[in-house]
Order: sequence, then structure tokens, then C-alpha cells
Amino acid sequence: MKPTEINNPNFFHRVVDCQWACPAHTNVPEYIRLIAQGRYDDAYMVNRTSNVFPGILGRTCDRPCEPACRRARVDGTPVAICRLKRVAADLKGDITERLPKGAETLNGKRVACVGAGPASLTVANDLLPLGYAVTIFESSLKPGGLMRTNIPSFRLPEEVLDSEIEAIVSMGAHMRYGTEITSMKQLLDDGFDSIFVGSGAPRGKDLELEGRRDGSGERIHIGIDWLQSVAFGHITEIGKRVLVIGVGNTAMDCCRTARRLGGKDVRIMARRPREYFKASPWELEDAEEEGIEIVVNYAPKRFVIEDGQLEGVEFDIVKWNEGATHSEVLDTVIIPCDDVILAIGQENAFSWIERDIGIEFGKWDMPVVDEVTMQSTHPKVYFGGDAAFGPKNIIWAVAHGHEAAISINNYCQGAPVGDRPPIGMNLINQKMGLTEWSYHNDFNPSPRQQMTHVDLIKRFEDLSLEVELGFNPEQTAREVERCLNCDVEPVFQAKLCIECDACIDVCPVQCLTITENHEEELDLRRHLTAPAEALDQLLYVSSTLAQTGRIMVKDENICVHCGLCAERCPTAAWNMDKFVLQLSYAGTSNNKGK
Amino acid sequence: MPSIRKPLIPLAPHATNSLGLTVRDYEGSMSTLCAGCGHDSITAAIVQTFFELGTPPELIAKLSGIGCSSKTPTYFVAGAHGFNSVHGRMPPIVTGANAANRANIHIGISGDGDSLSIGTGHLVHAIRKNVNMVYIIENNGVYGLTKGQFSPTADVGSTTKRGVPNDVPPIDPVELALSLGASFVARSFSGDKKQLIPILKAAVEHHGFALIDVISPCIQFNNHQGSTKSYKYMREHELNEIDSVFLQPSEVITAELPRDSSVSIAMHDGSKILFRTLPDNYDPRDRNAAVNYVSRTKANGEVPTGLLFIDQESSDIHDLNRTTEEPLITLPFKKLCPGKSELMKFQESFV
Repeated sequence: MKPTEINNPNFFHRVVDCQWACPAHTNVPEYIRLIAQGRYDDAYMVNRTSNVFPGILGRTCDRPCEPACRRARVDGTPVAICRLKRVAADLKGDITERLPKGAETLNGKRVACVGAGPASLTVANDLLPLGYAVTIFESSLKPGGLMRTNIPSFRLPEEVLDSEIEAIVSMGAHMRYGTEITSMKQLLDDGFDSIFVGSGAPRGKDLELEGRRDGSGERIHIGIDWLQSVAFGHITEIGKRVLVIGVGNTAMDCCRTARRLGGKDVRIMARRPREYFKASPWELEDAEEEGIEIVVNYAPKRFVIEDGQLEGVEFDIVKWNEGATHSEVLDTVIIPCDDVILAIGQENAFSWIERDIGIEFGKWDMPVVDEVTMQSTHPKVYFGGDAAFGPKNIIWAVAHGHEAAISINNYCQGAPVGDRPPIGMNLINQKMGLTEWSYHNDFNPSPRQQMTHVDLIKRFEDLSLEVELGFNPEQTAREVERCLNCDVEPVFQAKLCIECDACIDVCPVQCLTITENHEEELDLRRHLTAPAEALDQLLYVSSTLAQTGRIMVKDENICVHCGLCAERCPTAAWNMDKFVLQLSYAGTSNNKGK
Repeated sequence: MPSIRKPLIPLAPHATNSLGLTVRDYEGSMSTLCAGCGHDSITAAIVQTFFELGTPPELIAKLSGIGCSSKTPTYFVAGAHGFNSVHGRMPPIVTGANAANRANIHIGISGDGDSLSIGTGHLVHAIRKNVNMVYIIENNGVYGLTKGQFSPTADVGSTTKRGVPNDVPPIDPVELALSLGASFVARSFSGDKKQLIPILKAAVEHHGFALIDVISPCIQFNNHQGSTKSYKYMREHELNEIDSVFLQPSEVITAELPRDSSVSIAMHDGSKILFRTLPDNYDPRDRNAAVNYVSRTKANGEVPTGLLFIDQESSDIHDLNRTTEEPLITLPFKKLCPGKSELMKFQESFV
């Protein structure tokens, strides 16, 4: 294999699993070390640079970082990254002075953001300091979007939400609350230089039949919303008998999810024969494999509600003519059930966007959006958050917002939108003495700390009482030490190596090998001290060693970054260097590093 | 010395041996030797050897004298018996330990100073008596603990770190052992575990005195330009013509055997040493051939390595003294010490 190019930021970035997995590439190990030092303000600011809402995300993030965390590969459970983020946000002092400020002089460009959710707020956060006039249109009376409407306040206290949003609004965003945008054409005509759409995901369609509004309706779910609630963990169970109405992929997701949440008798109820289903054939097969019955030619007629409780659904059994354009009712039956999930399509969330103004729409009536630039087919119009690619989560919305801000800035300054500012990196020596490092290198065997909750009786007294208490100082002190400092990298200089084997002998996880080179990566992986079986984890391959012509290979999989290789190296061929990824945001010079 | 102990990582995918132990179970304390010391590599090779052989740690006795080398038993098999003796006195202590408990595996770690200066006489007699042990000389050509004076294995013409050449001819432990009738003589290099580990395994299984001279560069005082015991010098001058593999009883021969004349030697426990390559007309069972080979190649400026000589039929100290099969330590006291009346009877037999 060829020597690894460690000057490519993507190599060590991938070794820092959490940062790589985070859509906004938050520098997790750095802020955890800062928390360990009690530097909560600094930790908060490291967070805020990339993810904008540390306090909110520290409670609600989907945490793509945690499943990726190396610690899980080392002792089974990841570092409680998200809850540590909250520690920094809760314990920080007054950081007002350190927050970005709106520009003193405007640059004359006007940007409109539709919706005041995390994506739009991130765009405003990035563009306001550059001198843009940013107007945010919000149909409701308060900002926050899904962060406010979909997350109950016992998980996310309102004051946390308000203060982090206020930090952006106070930079000088023009907030237009209670203003629903009804025409994109109008918005374009209003002379905005650029428009960012962060208005959230389309909503699932409801089925207004007899009985729909009788009773509480709590056992009748809208498919997309229900899936989202399951994804966020708000819904964890369902009744034994479930009817799913609809024949698309969402319906399949719903019935399969229902099976997992306790549904035993789960049926897909279809009005028309199978050849008219929207779901992909493999999705149908997968559902049937899981024991889901697909019932055709049943047209829903009314919800059967007794004493306010859902008892079942009444269907017409129908017969279709050829071409299924006309049907006749053969019979009527009531199918009893515990829950109904409606997956009959989505409301058109973009009915306010005229289809003849150059914004193309694709699959599922979603706009065609570039995955890198967030630009639509109209050069002035950008999408982000759930409005771009359907429901994701807050951290993705933030990542989209950053990218869109870069694009909007490029567009408004006349630069090509695809011209992304470069991502830089730095390697900083961490050596403080002969066997002393600037980070705590010992492996701490502590298990993941458990979050303490408000006790049951107390938490029902006040709906908005936050349930999670956050880590106490002892828990924080233990949890920060669980972080393996994956950004402090053993970096190897082949020309200094005398092949004494000291590093190989001392490595606690046998991740180092000096071996003959092999052309194929798989071949090389088999010839290591411990076979490198995790193929998604990289190999760090050195150039040829001076004395024997062999190579040094490091399996990055479960290196615990303890630095023993560097401590035992007599020639400092191994050294511990901190990898710092230099992310670019709107306004970062495009010439950097060139 | 490192800032931390080598940590135990719960999910590190370490293989297990026939006893269900991992390689980590055969380690000892953290080494306090200089970073890059050849001795640490030999320690790692010993750890790997006992791990792969599946030796129960409690059956191992590790003994040493004084010196950098003699510190190393602390760094392997924490669960073994250990004894750190006076300078140069490891061989007689092993002789005693082995006399008392022949069931244990005795491994003595010594250095070129410990074995060939102050302890030469003891080494010579341990070889003569064919004590059943593994005797490792961690040979770096200098007195490391006293800052790098020449030891008895320093070659003529090799220099100190400051450039002063050595004029006194060296003792070659391999030639010494061969001339004294040692039953197992090998040389290896700390930077070549591929060669060292099979030799160590064979030495452990060998019945009799097994001497392994391991060139082990002193990173601090003897790894410079004028050294003949540096990593670089060894990589350039190591002669590795004798290639042997060690096969445990359960292992199937998969090694390629390129020549008909390949020698296979059966060990007492059913394992085998298989010589894959040998110099022309070389028989590792022929002492004269070994002596000739070593002196001839040395004259060419090469350092011959490998399992140079083995006599698997030799009689060890217990065979020579016709002691009981059962270790003295487990012999019931009545049998070990039959009492005054038996002594009187015995003495009367001389009258």
C-alpha cells in the first residue's frame, strides 16, 4: 500500500470518530478536555462555533457522535458526549462578550429566511456578522420552529431555547413573526438578494372520515409524525392490533415500526389492488417477510369510536373495474383495532412556491437541492433543514445552515456557489516533557455515568420541569476522563525509526506492526500483529523504513491514544500531535492555504 | 520510564491460548529500562513464547543476577516464581532450584557482564552439569548501568560512545558454550522476533542447558556508528542462514520444506524442531560443524544467528545424578528423609 497522506485533513478527521460523525463536525474531544479543566466558557464557545445551539443540542441532539464513539469499541458504551455538552452550557458564565456580533456597517445585501427554525437561525448567525440584512419570516409568534413545537419543555426548558435564539436575533435579525409567506414569487419580487427556505418538513395528510374528530383521537396517528416521534423516542409502544392505511413506502415503514413496538396483528389496508401500490416491491416484500398482512380492496369508511375510544375502522369491500378507475361496494365490515396509522401521503408543504419560477421539484414533491451547496435550481433560492431533504434533526439543520450561508455569501459576492472555502488542518506537538503530555493520556476504566432524573412524583407536578438533572461535578469529572482524546494522534516519521519494536511491544491493544508491505489492503490487514478486521476503520501506513525496507502499520480501530508508543520511542519517530480541523464558514477567505 | 502503566483495555481483541489466557496475562510490570532497549523486545518475545506454548505461569521460575538484563524478569509473567540473585550468581541458584523442583521451567536472564565477567565460572559449570534451563544472555557489549564501559563481549575495534576503541579480545558465548559441551546453543537478535520466538520455544522444550546469546542493542551507550552491537550493524551483518520452526505436538507441518536434507528433531514432549533452511552440508546435531561454521563466518565479519547446535539426547543434571522422577519438593517427607535408621544402614554399606 502507498503511505498514508496524513496532511489530508480527511485522514485524521476520520480517526476522530465523533467529529467525523457529527454533521456540523463539532470538535468534541477539545471541548471535553476544556470541561475537564473547568473551562466551561471555552468549551461552550468551541461548541457554538460549529453547532450554534450547545444548550439546546446538549439536551435534544440525535447524537450521531455517540454510536460512532471509539469508547464503545473499547468498553461497550460511548462517552456521554451530548450530556457533557449540556454541562458546558449549564455551567458557563456570561459569554455575551464572546458571541459574534452583527456588523456595524451593512454590505447592502438582503437575505430572507423562511421559518425561524434552527436552519434559518444558523444562516442568520453566519451572515449577520458579515453585514447582511437578514429578515426571518415566521408564521407563529415565537422563533425556534420544531425545537419549540416538537420538543416538550420538560426536555428542553424554554429559557435555554430562548437565550440561545436571542443570541442570534440580537445580532440584528429582522424578525417578522406571525407572517406566513404565501408566494415565493412575491418574495423574489420584493428584491431580496437571496432566499433561504428553512420552513421544515412537509406534514402527513390526515383522513377526515366520520368519527375522526370523535374522542381524543390519540390512537389515530399521522404516519410521518408518528415515525418522527418514534425516532425521537417519544413513542415507544403501540397496541397489539394495528391498521395502517396507505400503500407507499411510509406505510411500509409504519407497519414495520409498529411490529417492533409491540404490534402483533399489523395490517396494511389498501383501497386498490396491489399493482397500483406506490411502495417499492422490495419494501413490500420486506414488510410481508415480517408477518404483515396486506389487505387489498378495502376502502376506509369511518372510524368506530365508542365512549371516546377507538374500537376499529369500518371498511367498504370494493370491486374495481379494469384500470381501477371505478369501484362498486360489495360489502361493509368493521375491523377492530387498537391503533390506526394514516400513511396516505403528505400535505404539499411548498404550495406557496410557484412551480413556474425556476424551482424544480423532484421525488415526493420535494425541491431539487444540491447536497453540498444547498442551492435549488433557482440561483437565489436555498433550502436547508427538514425543508431540504425531509425530516432529519437539529444538528443536520445547523450543518445545512452553515453550508447555505457559505453559498449565499458566495452568490451575493459574485463568486461561484460551488467554490467552497478550503478545510484546513493543523498538527500540534503535545509533548511537555520526556514522558509528559499536555493531555491526560491514561486510560480510565470508569463506566458511562448514568443521568439522574427528577423523581417521579415531583416531575408530574409541573409539566415544564426538566426531567434530566444534568451531570453533577463528580459525574462530570468521571465522564470527561472516559474520552480517549482521539484527536491527539500518534504521528510517525519513518526516517527516524530504528525498528527496535519498542512501540509494538508496549501498545496495549496491539495496533502497531512492522511488516513487509503488501499491495492489497486486505492482505496487509491479515499480516498485522492483531488482524485488522474492522474494514471501516483506516490503516495508517508509513513510508519505507530505512534499515529493513519494511513499513510501520497502525490499525486505527481501537487505538486508545495513550501515547505509550511515543513514550517508548527512543528516537521520537512516534510523537503525539493534536489534530485540529479548521472548518470554514461563510466569510472564511477562499484563498486560505493556497 | 513511561508516565502510565500499560492499560488493560476491556474489549481489545486479544487471542487466547490453550489455557484461555491472553498475551496480557503473561506480562509483568512496566519496564523501567531506557526507551528502545533491546532487552524490552526480548521480554516481549518471552511473553509471546510462553503465551503461545500455553505454559501455566505458576510452573515458570525466572531468575537473574545484576544488571539491566537482570531487571527484566520483573517485566514478564507476573504470575511466575522469581529470584533476583547476587551479581553473576544466577546459575548456581537455578541449579539449586532445579534440583529441588525439576517440574518447573527454569529461565535465567543474564547479560554479557553478569555472565561473562563476574559470573563466568558459574556459567561454565552450569553448562557442564547440563542444568535443565533456558539461559538467555542479553548481549549488548557494554555495561549499561555504569554508563557504557566495554564488557567482555565488545569486539576489538568497536568504540565507546565517545570514540575510544576496544583493544581487548572478546569472549564469544556461543563458542564458549559449544566448547564446553552445551546441549543447545543458539544466537539471535532482539530486533528479529520472527527468529527469536521459535528458538525460545525450542529452548523451553529442550531437555538440558539451552543457551541463547541474544544481541540486544544498548540504545543509550552502544547504538552508535562505531558499535558492532547496534541495530544498524546487526541489520547489516546478521547472517540468518539457519532457519528453524518450532512445531507444538498439535501443529500440522505447513511450512515449506525446500530441501530433502531438511533436519527434523523430535523433542521430549512430542513437539518438533524443523530446520527449513541450512547452509550446505550443515547438520545442527554436529558440534564440530557448528564450531567451524561459527568461526568461519565470524572471520568474514558476519554474525551467524539461528539455532546453531542441538543435542536432544543429552543427559541433564538429574539424569546424571539419577535423582527421582518426582520433584524433591513434592516427595513426602518420609521418603525424602527416611530417618536415622536408614542412614545408619546406608553408612554401614561402606564399611
